[in-house]
Amino acid sequence: MPEIDAAKLKEIYTIMVKIRFFEERAITEYRKGLPGFVHPSIGQEAVPAGVCAFLRKDDYTITTHRGHGDIIAKGAQLDRMMAELFARKTGYCKGKGGSMHIADVERNILGATGIVGDGIPIAAGVGAALKMQGRDSIMVAFFGDGATNSGAFHEGMGLAAAWCLPVLFVCQNNQYQQSTPTRDYCRLSDIADRAKGYGIPGMSVDGNDAVAVAEVAREAIERCRKGEGPILIVANTYRTVGHHMGDPGTSYRPKEEVEAWKKKDPIKRLRQQMVGNKMATDAELDEIENSVLRELDEAVKFAQESPEPTPEEALEDIYA
Amino acid sequence: MPELTFREALREALREEMKRDPKVFMMGEEIAEYGGSYKVSQGLLEEFGHERIRNTPLAEAAIAGAALGASLVGLRPVAEIMYIDFSFIASDQIINQIAKLRYMTGGMVKVPVVIRTQGGGGVAAGPHHSQSLEAIFAHIPGLYVVMPSNAYDAKGLLKSSIREDNPVIFIEHKKLYGESCEVPEKEYTIPLGKGDIKREGKDMSIITYSRCVNFALEAAAELAKDGIEVEVVDVRTLKPLDEEIIISSVQKTGKAMVVYEACRTGGFGAEIAALIGEKAFDYLDAPIRRVASLDSPVSFNPGQERYILVNPEKIKAAALEMMGK
Repeated sequence: MPEIDAAKLKEIYTIMVKIRFFEERAITEYRKGLPGFVHPSIGQEAVPAGVCAFLRKDDYTITTHRGHGDIIAKGAQLDRMMAELFARKTGYCKGKGGSMHIADVERNILGATGIVGDGIPIAAGVGAALKMQGRDSIMVAFFGDGATNSGAFHEGMGLAAAWCLPVLFVCQNNQYQQSTPTRDYCRLSDIADRAKGYGIPGMSVDGNDAVAVAEVAREAIERCRKGEGPILIVANTYRTVGHHMGDPGTSYRPKEEVEAWKKKDPIKRLRQQMVGNKMATDAELDEIENSVLRELDEAVKFAQESPEPTPEEALEDIYA
Repeated sequence: MPELTFREALREALREEMKRDPKVFMMGEEIAEYGGSYKVSQGLLEEFGHERIRNTPLAEAAIAGAALGASLVGLRPVAEIMYIDFSFIASDQIINQIAKLRYMTGGMVKVPVVIRTQGGGGVAAGPHHSQSLEAIFAHIPGLYVVMPSNAYDAKGLLKSSIREDNPVIFIEHKKLYGESCEVPEKEYTIPLGKGDIKREGKDMSIITYSRCVNFALEAAAELAKDGIEVEVVDVRTLKPLDEEIIISSVQKTGKAMVVYEACRTGGFGAEIAALIGEKAFDYLDAPIRRVASLDSPVSFNPGQERYILVNPEKIKAAALEMMGK
């Protein structure tokens, strides 16, 4: 396959910056008093950015409670996402879902589940429908390493494999099931080996290397699209912040470990690769970052100025 | 008019809807060559092929979750959970995803999923194959719950359920599959949320659904010999519930008995009783009476099973008490 060109890398860089800055801004706004939970994915941005780089608009995704990055990478609007975090009527879910449930059906982002692992059987069903309809779109399910312990993972993978469905399963292995390290819940040293149990390909990749992720995903997407059946990609990465806003992330992992992963920051790494290979200048990448910051200012302003839904509107959208 | 069994009527509904709409397909355990555990889908594989009559792995969460996924991209799945007892494995997907996805997304999606399952006792199937769990699903906003009592209703209600844009839990009773009644050849549907008076009477109302409708009718026939005219109201769908038909019957008779096969405590009949208490109290001239199964798992021992489950004799005895006889 040809090398990934500079334009595509800039797209990937932009997406990673959008995810990072969106979540940093969300954390800032939560500290000022937004309701509910936010589960950041800071440190993991290369995975969704790399995987979605070669998806088409007519491909579908589903994600989890830690899903901002996956949703942004598939093209969701930051202003409507931010408005959802603010629980406003203009939010993607009219304020009914919050951070954990953002969907954008027009962009084939089918949602995010607060029950870990639940998106996996749903993804199998989407894949089944795509295959039955003779479409060449594919389905991507994003989930974390913790989800691979759930029955839903096993059942959904089994069904997708048995029916040879066009589903790409992307495990963002951030090394911890909330606070429990992988080695404490899984005897395998490589989660990708779980794929063997379903008779499908499993591959692991450095999830902090956006180029590597994109290359692995590009090949997997093509194979899924050709009808070869589901594939499991395990992208090994790290969440450098806590599980959610109430967790500093310090009680269950050594400081040195967190610091070591921070040094492997995927955004800095891609910048070095691009600048080192003369595919972009620092000034160009700075401008991308500044433009994303401006977009986020606008997004927050949009959210703040948007109306609250009325209490009575709580009873809408229960039934069609 | 030809007679069809409950099983045949369901099969006709499935066949007609699959012919009418290419988006409809079926998935579940052993539904293809085997024809389903209770043979409802027998013969459909030959007519529609494996693409639309899909055997699944033994994986109820995957069945329900995949049905949801398929519904999100334009299909109308009819998923079968072999026994309602197994629905607990699927219930995370049913309750947390199928019922809530529309709401969680602020109305962005429709979820036209039918989950067909069967429940109830009476065949010595023991504690894991005999339960009546409708109250659990009726409790969940976002779901509809349908429980037909005869072949005619089963066909019309299943067709409506398949055409419905909201998720429907369609619960069949295993003891009804062989029961027959007249079913017209001409196409018809029965709207969800519309109850039916199965027998008119002036002395007391029995409000019920599913197999208990038959029990109530048997009891009513016996009670008529004692000069007691019982009205039997079949609500047919628990959600949406036809409150009007319940209230107006109670207004007419002044006495309300609610009959259900599930365990007494927390059963859906308790909800109906509460509704009558709230909306028709002034018309009552006796306390509302619930006749349900005992608060016990359903024993395998046939004598114990009979002791636990509701039956026509229990209904009759309670009715005589209510009438002061």
